Amino acid sequence: MSIPRHWREIPRRYRLEAGKCKKCKVINFPSRLVCPECGGKTFETVKLSGKGKLDTFTIIRVAPEGFGDEVPYAVGIIDLKDGVRLMAQITDCDPTTLKTGDKLVAKFRKVQEDGKNGIIKYGYKFVPDVGV
Amino acid sequence: MRDVAIVGVGLMKWGELWEKSIRDLCVEAALSCFEDAGNDKIDSIVVGTMASGLLTGQEHMANMVPDYLGKKHVPAMRVESACCSGSQAVRTAFMEVASGMSDCVLALGVEKMTDVSGNDATYALATASDQEFEAFHGVTFPGLYAMMARKHMEQYGTTREQLAEVSSKNHRNGSLNPHAQYPFPMTREQVMNSTLVADPLRLMDCSPITDGAAAVLLVPATDAKKYKKHGMVVISGVGHATDTIALCQRKDMLKMEAVTLAAKAALKMAGKTIKDVNFAEVHDCFTIAEIMIMEALGIVKPGQGGPATLKGLTALEGKFPVNPSGGLKSKGHPVGATGVAQICEAVYQLRGEAGKRQVKNAKVGLTQNMGGTGGTSVVHILEAK
Ligand SMILES: [Zn+2]
Repeated sequence: MSIPRHWREIPRRYRLEAGKCKKCKVINFPSRLVCPECGGKTFETVKLSGKGKLDTFTIIRVAPEGFGDEVPYAVGIIDLKDGVRLMAQITDCDPTTLKTGDKLVAKFRKVQEDGKNGIIKYGYKFVPDVGV
Repeated sequence: MRDVAIVGVGLMKWGELWEKSIRDLCVEAALSCFEDAGNDKIDSIVVGTMASGLLTGQEHMANMVPDYLGKKHVPAMRVESACCSGSQAVRTAFMEVASGMSDCVLALGVEKMTDVSGNDATYALATASDQEFEAFHGVTFPGLYAMMARKHMEQYGTTREQLAEVSSKNHRNGSLNPHAQYPFPMTREQVMNSTLVADPLRLMDCSPITDGAAAVLLVPATDAKKYKKHGMVVISGVGHATDTIALCQRKDMLKMEAVTLAAKAALKMAGKTIKDVNFAEVHDCFTIAEIMIMEALGIVKPGQGGPATLKGLTALEGKFPVNPSGGLKSKGHPVGATGVAQICEAVYQLRGEAGKRQVKNAKVGLTQNMGGTGGTSVVHILEAK
């Protein structure tokens, strides 16, 4: 993956920045130029809470290139308190013990690396929210 | 708009065709289509391929095809909508003929997938998902459909056995199809005991990696009698709709709204309802997809796809046969070719040329092709006239 392609997404991947539509107040993640809810074109940058519940998930057993060392790992869709739904890995737990509805919280983690000498791509992953 | 007929179809045996290049596949399917039609004079070509560049290094297939088909100077274009590219080619050819712009258009779908490693093919397929917000996190296509499967199982009580019956039923049909990549039966137990790929989906829930091409020839219905004497088949309805590219952004991921909207538009154009349809070829890229598509098309109510499949509703001899060809699972899934091959199967069925897998009294057929996790869908209604 090219460096600019990753660099461009840093506000979302590192800081969970989203775009709150000034017209209908819906929070879009990733932020967009046009609100899919109302067609609005002005947004306020907000930071997502990072807290939510597991909506559905899978355990990847056959991984794409670059993720082979991590199998089996869980990827799921998380319903955040902010009304946003996003996809991410769920880590720091035995994936076979996960259940839909589990409370999760976002953490800053390494997601990918481009080989031995390439850039390391960080971003959000989710872990069980044990309330600490 | 003019009425449009299909006067030629061309297929080949699909599989891991290491001795054939992407250009060979295109030419073989097109020649077989010309042979079927008894005509090779064409005004225009539309090529559907998802990822010829990533999979073979060759873009500009819209130039390659006319050149190697001996049709230098004939206008040609390429269309792409991931795994829905094939039916986009048919839809585009339909619009060209219906509008009066062209009188004889070849719609061709192709994918050459086995020249690259499994990893590279997985990468190419994953480009149909949202690269930055899905693929970035290490999710695969089986993984995305697995999330839908888990939700369907939890919400509706769909069982592993019901999912397995989709695969088993399609393999039964595919075992009767000479073009199929895997023409052999597969029991539910074999499906349920196959390797886990992405829980709860197993290897035999997934369509394979395939090399193949398919072609159809479209003309104004008033010209159809000039071509070879097959039973006449017309495209009476075409529908197309899109949805969000990322699965997580759908309000209800089990609904497949693009499928419902495309079907509604196609049926409306044909002046039909789903009850008038005798059989369907649908996009069973994963077993759960066929169940969700049955529900989105209105063949059954939401949540009833699994039980209805297990009861035999969609079997070849059932009340509403689905995927008489064997579907993507048994016939193979060369992504850009799939949508065109679905049309070929509907034509064989409507002409009464489907041999041992012939659906009885097939007069109206529906084809449903899909891109991504349901972000694109095209539906065609075909009728025997
Ligand atoms: Zn808005």
